Amino acid sequence: MDQDYKKLLRNFHQARWDEPIIFEMSTPGERGVLVPAASAEVQAAVGDEAAIIPESLRRKAKPALPEVGQMRVNRHYMRLSQQTLGNDVSVDIGQGTCTMKYSPKVQEHLVRSNPDIADIHPLQDESTMQGLLQIYHETEKYMKEISGMDAFSFQPGGGAHAIYTNALIVRNYFEDKGEDRDEIVTTIFSHPADAGAPATCGYKVIDLMQDNELGYPTLEAFKEALSEKTAAVFITNPEDTGIFNPRIAEYVQAAHDVGALAVYDQANVNGIMGITRAKEAGFDLIHYNLHKTFSSPHGGMGPGVGALGATRELEPYLPVPQVKFDGEKYYLDCGLEKTVGKVRSFFGNAAILVRVYMWIRSLGPEGIREAALCSVLNNQYTVKKVSAIPGVTMYYADGIRRIEQCRYSWEQLKEDTGLGTEDVTRRLVDYGMEHYWQSHHPHIVPEPFTLEPTESYSKKDLDEFIAVLQQISWEAYNDPDIIRTAPHNAPVHGIKNYYETDPEKIMCSWRQYLKKTAK
Amino acid sequence: MSEKKVVYPYIPNSNPDVQKEMMAFVGAKDLWELYEEIPEALRYKERLNIPEAILDEFNIKKHTEKVLSQNINCSEYTSFLGAGCAQHFIPAVVDEITTRGEWLTAYGAESWADHGKYQAFFEYNSMLAELLETEVTSVPQYDGGQSVATAIAMSTRINGRQKVLLPELMNPTHRSIVENYMDSVQDKLKVDIEYVKADPATGTIDMADLRAKLDETVAAVVVENPGFLGILEENLEEIGAIAKQAGAEYIVYVDPISLGVLEAPANLGATITCGDLHSLGLHLSGGNGQAGFISTQGDAKYVTNYKDFLHSLVEPEVEGEYVFGNVLIERTHYAQRAFGNEYTGTGTNLWMISAAVYMALMGPQGMEDVGRAILYNSQYAAKQISEIPGVKLRFDGPFFQEFVVDFNMAGKSVANINRALLEKGIFGGFDLSRDFPALGQSALYCVTEVTTKEEIDRLVDALRAIVEPTRS
Amino acid sequence: MLVAAILKEDGEVDMVTLGLIINPIAGVGGRAGLKGSDGEDIQKLALARGGTLEAGAKAEVALSELVDLKEEIRFLAQPGAMGGDVLEKLGFSYQAVESSSAPSSASPSDAAVTSAEDTVEAALQMAAAGVDLLVFAGGDGTARDIYRTVGLSVPCVGIPAGVKIHSAVYANNPKSAGQVIRRFCANPSTASMVESEVMDLDEDLVRQNIVEAKLYGYLTVPRMQNLMQQAKASARFSAHDIEGIASEIADLMQAKAENTVYIFGTGGTTYKVMEHLGLQGSLLGVDVVAQDGRRRIVLADASETELYECVKDAGEVVLIVTAIGGQGHIFGRGNQQISPRVIRLVERDNLWIVSAAEKIYGLEDNTLHVDTSDPELDCELSGYRKVITGWQERIVCKVEA
Repeated sequence: MDQDYKKLLRNFHQARWDEPIIFEMSTPGERGVLVPAASAEVQAAVGDEAAIIPESLRRKAKPALPEVGQMRVNRHYMRLSQQTLGNDVSVDIGQGTCTMKYSPKVQEHLVRSNPDIADIHPLQDESTMQGLLQIYHETEKYMKEISGMDAFSFQPGGGAHAIYTNALIVRNYFEDKGEDRDEIVTTIFSHPADAGAPATCGYKVIDLMQDNELGYPTLEAFKEALSEKTAAVFITNPEDTGIFNPRIAEYVQAAHDVGALAVYDQANVNGIMGITRAKEAGFDLIHYNLHKTFSSPHGGMGPGVGALGATRELEPYLPVPQVKFDGEKYYLDCGLEKTVGKVRSFFGNAAILVRVYMWIRSLGPEGIREAALCSVLNNQYTVKKVSAIPGVTMYYADGIRRIEQCRYSWEQLKEDTGLGTEDVTRRLVDYGMEHYWQSHHPHIVPEPFTLEPTESYSKKDLDEFIAVLQQISWEAYNDPDIIRTAPHNAPVHGIKNYYETDPEKIMCSWRQYLKKTAK
Repeated sequence: MSEKKVVYPYIPNSNPDVQKEMMAFVGAKDLWELYEEIPEALRYKERLNIPEAILDEFNIKKHTEKVLSQNINCSEYTSFLGAGCAQHFIPAVVDEITTRGEWLTAYGAESWADHGKYQAFFEYNSMLAELLETEVTSVPQYDGGQSVATAIAMSTRINGRQKVLLPELMNPTHRSIVENYMDSVQDKLKVDIEYVKADPATGTIDMADLRAKLDETVAAVVVENPGFLGILEENLEEIGAIAKQAGAEYIVYVDPISLGVLEAPANLGATITCGDLHSLGLHLSGGNGQAGFISTQGDAKYVTNYKDFLHSLVEPEVEGEYVFGNVLIERTHYAQRAFGNEYTGTGTNLWMISAAVYMALMGPQGMEDVGRAILYNSQYAAKQISEIPGVKLRFDGPFFQEFVVDFNMAGKSVANINRALLEKGIFGGFDLSRDFPALGQSALYCVTEVTTKEEIDRLVDALRAIVEPTRS
Repeated sequence: MLVAAILKEDGEVDMVTLGLIINPIAGVGGRAGLKGSDGEDIQKLALARGGTLEAGAKAEVALSELVDLKEEIRFLAQPGAMGGDVLEKLGFSYQAVESSSAPSSASPSDAAVTSAEDTVEAALQMAAAGVDLLVFAGGDGTARDIYRTVGLSVPCVGIPAGVKIHSAVYANNPKSAGQVIRRFCANPSTASMVESEVMDLDEDLVRQNIVEAKLYGYLTVPRMQNLMQQAKASARFSAHDIEGIASEIADLMQAKAENTVYIFGTGGTTYKVMEHLGLQGSLLGVDVVAQDGRRRIVLADASETELYECVKDAGEVVLIVTAIGGQGHIFGRGNQQISPRVIRLVERDNLWIVSAAEKIYGLEDNTLHVDTSDPELDCELSGYRKVITGWQERIVCKVEA
């Protein structure tokens, strides 16, 4: 390993403001903003304020919010934002399965400042929302094209929410059919929501362990899990390991053979848009994460949209309203005979749809494919380099090309140096890199880390991130103490009980903190 | 000679020279070699049938603006729409902070590098706790409806019972969300729902009906205050007392902007408080500005039954530092998969930032002022509207921000009236006739701190004129 | 006792007290090509053949993981090869546990005289002194000695240093043993504990190439796997598993005909499940349960013959087994009473395999093993099976000989 990589490292230090909690900044009497008051005539016309609310419901004591002037509030939160490494400031290829890509500013500016989206009330007369409804309708068309599915709903507020909604559809579908099916099948590398959301609907869960060579369950294992009690299978492909299951259509067929539905968790579609479709694999229900693949920003974990796609047969179950076009105008249609009703208010996170529409329109057919291709190219480039770093081992599918992300292991590093994935992730920030993502529970791959270099990153960005990993690996073998005591250049130092498990010890609010530290 | 390849600004390695170098490095001659793991039968060889790209930034912006310009927005027309979201005054600093790139583009990484984000979340928790007089709040849910559903699910975990009492006049969207959530593939896991009648004159909970339905099989009693129809529950505390007696959890759904003038339900017996953060600094955005919250005291039985992440101050290595962690994680399904409490994932975290900044700017006095402004404006509007012949207020009794206008004697449908109002540049109140057929032709009018006297007077004049020819 | 008195006087409640017992002779047989190290004769033979004393070195590797926690850990150990030497080398201070018979010299030839009695005596003293965790380095034999001394009363963890390690009380390797100890020390009161098997191979038979593992007992051991991000899997989690599995078993039993009999195999999980069902099973034995009207044990701690006779004419036979030992055996380690002819009475769907999910995740080769000594039966049992891991939860796992 040549030492040139050291040139790519930067001498980074994150802002460290040692900022107090806002309550500590409070000065009684200070005002942050003055709000509009009812005019004098209105007040005179209404009369006595005390008569408006019954005594029993009136606020007795003012809420003990902090009292801080405007400039100080602004400064305080500006400082806090400086102590946060979003994708805008940090090369965030470490957050595997999250698809951290660039949210174009032209989109951000538009949704925040254009009143034709920011100031639209979702219950306005349809005739006054034609622009927004057009965007919904058009975007649905694009999603149908990319996936091959027959209808979409944008109502769910995130990927897990879409999985839940799909489970609802499955439940209602079989209830209508009069079939008693109470099991679902999913895999150990799927998002925990692929088990949790159906379980919330009352399903029993059968999980599949992966085959250690393939990296995904064998078809034989899959068939063992299936029976006439199976309502649906919830599959992700490629899974977070980045391995594409080439026999996916056979797995779907196996599910269909027992009369079950096949539900596709496509949180990992970024690498295969325009390359392969859910339709040809035979899926009945799918979802995309618009805040991952389709450029809407992550927001620190939401808001998002789980775009849910269905075949013609299942379209009657979709949440309402749908957006339809009668040849002249767009309208909201609640007429689906078997709709599950609502899973979220109104018709979903509309501002996200505007961004998605813009993104797809600015890329077009070639651009979408190019995005997929470059995300895969970026990943395979990264895989080749990272797998050569001392201490890294690759799991499963030896020699098989990964799609858009890959799971690695620091198992060897741990054995050689005693330092593992949690130590590395703490040290990353010293070089200006956001923490990487390890894995969903359970950590089947030991000491895991999962990288997803989306198409947004240039080769230089990739090289810098890889250089940082190389450096940390070198440190583990040669200067381990610097890692043990990391982070050094972050806003804070070590944390003793990050994942505190004792309910008695938690302090989720300032008042709880005061209460518990008073003794 | 093929056309010059497009280099996309969002896709740096679409640059042909770099791409060529990288392809060589990974040993792939062409696209399909990169994708060699995808079998022939699954390869999509067509060209996506979506519109050609609008490649330059000037034009994609112009195009989208043009599409959206077909809309008419609430800054152009006067809006009296509520029913889940409403126009409020949003301080500039809220938007300034919320649109900072760091918050916008962060995700779920640990708290060393995202310390600022976690501190902001903690401050949100803390300020909301002061409004609600509670101690613990998880990260927010998709919207208020989800918060009600999850609050009920929490209750069933806490006391092992499988029935919930809901108000018959509750938010119809929330009703649908809750009904879905309480249903199950397995009959034995279903949570039964019973709706408690409303007093026809006041719209408040019919106490006799509540008493009749409340027993030891009830996991939770849910009350909205204000209700979906704006109604205030004078018996809030008494309902809490009888719920407690029956061993049920008492879930109260609030509109947080009211809590400068309304008492916190936790002080009146609520064991779980939930609601939507919309009114704390979120824009309408076509329905994008919603986030549900659930909050309780810090007792272990509550804390261990939240379904979403809980962030807490934790113990630092360096004394005196504030550091944050993600606590009780084995409780969420991230650690237990199907076994965990319901499921969780991307929610609505960014809106915690908005709400935090909003609450910090408002302070105690600001919350009282805005609550007062809403009370006065909405009272004024109700009074003026009630004096229009052919129109009356449907319910007697106190309300906050929203009220039901009864048009049954107007001689026209609400749909008709609203169409006529539209021509005068007004979005009339939400048509209740479909969701609440018992109310006939009624509409839900919403008046907030941003509605001026002139706007109210203009509405009243317009209604008067519209109704005059046909009223009985 | 002197040691106990010192501890109580100390009054420092924040420190974690670890007892350390190294069986210095453990593993000596391995390099010398012998299949075990028990017994003075074998030990002397091993040394003569050039076997080296490795247990100390392995303990050193493990305890190196704790060096930066020196100030927070207090050790109890015997001076010399049984613990003191390694601790001194690493710079730990410790309180000495004197033994009546063992020499405190570190010379190998003298160490060759250490015996099971030394282990037992040290363990007794440490248990009486109230150690938070008893750390021992050795093999199956050492584990057996610890078990018969402390049973389930003191948390233990094993640093593997022996030749034969079939017991699940040992970590995979010395380094991970050190990490398990470290995790335990961080949160001793809320550490998640698991009852892990101590296996007993008849060594004379082994030397004759006959392997017959018996379940000897259990020790309470901190959860080995750390399959969550830094999360200390709480006690609630493991209790939740068992509770869930028991509820599932109860539901399944409810759905069956009254003339069904249920064979509960050996293993901590099956024992605990029985406990949740209100039955006092035999920890190291096989029990038969009936649910005709009342749920009850009809045959306890059965021999093979008793078992077969009991179930052969039953309406339906359900067999409930769990994974035993370090390699995840569902048949062949500690439950030989469940013979091939008994297994053959059980329909495929009536073989209920139960296990905590974590155990499945942690299987080294992702596979549960069968070793019924009937290769044809082993073959029939191989393939993919659903494992009951909780209430209404299954994991499909590979089963192989």
